[in-house]
Amino acid sequence: MAELRGYRKVATGVHPPYFCPAYVSSVKRAPMHPLIVVPQTLSELTGPVFGHSDIEDKDADLTKQGPGEPQGQRIIVSGRVLDEDARPVRNALIEVWQANAAGRYLHKEDQHEAPLDPNFTGCGRALTDERGRYRFVTIKPGAYPWKNHPNAWRPMHIHFSLFGAGLLTRLVTQMYFPGDPLLAFDPIFQSIPDEAGRARLISAFDWETTIPEQALGYKFDVVLRGRDATPMEK
Amino acid sequence: MTLPVTGSQTVGPFFRIGMAPLFREDLASEGVAGERITIHGRVLDGDGKAIPDATIEIWQADAHGKHTDGKEENVNFTGFGRVPTDERGEFRFTTIKPGVVRGPGSSAQAPHLVVTLFMRGLLRHLWARIYFEDEPGNEHDAILQLVPAERRHTLIAKRDGAGGAAFEWNIHMQGENETVFFEV
Repeated sequence: MAELRGYRKVATGVHPPYFCPAYVSSVKRAPMHPLIVVPQTLSELTGPVFGHSDIEDKDADLTKQGPGEPQGQRIIVSGRVLDEDARPVRNALIEVWQANAAGRYLHKEDQHEAPLDPNFTGCGRALTDERGRYRFVTIKPGAYPWKNHPNAWRPMHIHFSLFGAGLLTRLVTQMYFPGDPLLAFDPIFQSIPDEAGRARLISAFDWETTIPEQALGYKFDVVLRGRDATPMEK
Repeated sequence: MTLPVTGSQTVGPFFRIGMAPLFREDLASEGVAGERITIHGRVLDGDGKAIPDATIEIWQADAHGKHTDGKEENVNFTGFGRVPTDERGEFRFTTIKPGVVRGPGSSAQAPHLVVTLFMRGLLRHLWARIYFEDEPGNEHDAILQLVPAERRHTLIAKRDGAGGAAFEWNIHMQGENETVFFEV
């Protein structure tokens, strides 16, 4: 191998801490020992490769998975996946999952008394193109109650899982919606220490991708960890 | 221009909806060269209670210590797996034992799998490795040597019974046997 290019260190404040008492589930699940810092080796600099054989075009349209149209506000969620140098990440696999318009997930553990929608599974997948672009058609998810604290409600969100060029770019996050009053009270969203970092998880309403008479557009760009400028070793 | 990295958020309790299409509990089909092994274990919280809503992802080299680059000659072994825990907090997957991978400063890394761990309650995923007991290379593995000696056992899978091809490796989020997690 001619050279190995490592990934940049992740700045503090970008990601939430593991132990975050306001998010009750973290209390018994966060490791108590500090993480052990280790060098990046071939085992982390490589990573799984996904392609068009792993997904189908229809996986990106969550409104076409049942016999009819799902209930709710139809939306287009699109954006770009970039690295820290603003270079597009091509062939990134994006997996999304979300609640339906009533705030109910198609999952046996979701006991929220809101109706399931026979035309909505809430599961979508897509690969980014040559310019790092992706696009999903879906419906706006509802907010829903959870048991974290009395009268706790999760803001509207879509879960995003991304595989970039190497294992170290792996990211799972959540996309939120502008103007949602629940954001200020959500311990998961608020776990991101830095205000600008929180703002980056909120999608932007977008006229460009809004389709007349049909669907509202929301833009959400994701930035994955980028490569170091200098090779680690020869 | 430098862009700030997007922050991590938990997978939450309902990740199966989106992550199930890539669940892969058998990483190696019949034709893949190497010693076939099974690795199983439990994921436990700080009270020793089973965690039924975790998923682990596995990334590993083949029996020759090579990671696939996604090109056609390697398609029968992708090196990637994703396994959720069940209601008892248990996971199980089948693969082939990886070979020796080149490490820092052209040292040799002992056979290992890289594990990323996701669950409700984890706001950011965790990194760990699975090594194998009775591997002489463990003594010289550059990554294992960075782990305090008394905690190394948390990264080493133990053989089930004598000479079998089944290994046990448990994940303890907290407590006396808290698993070692890495910042990479």
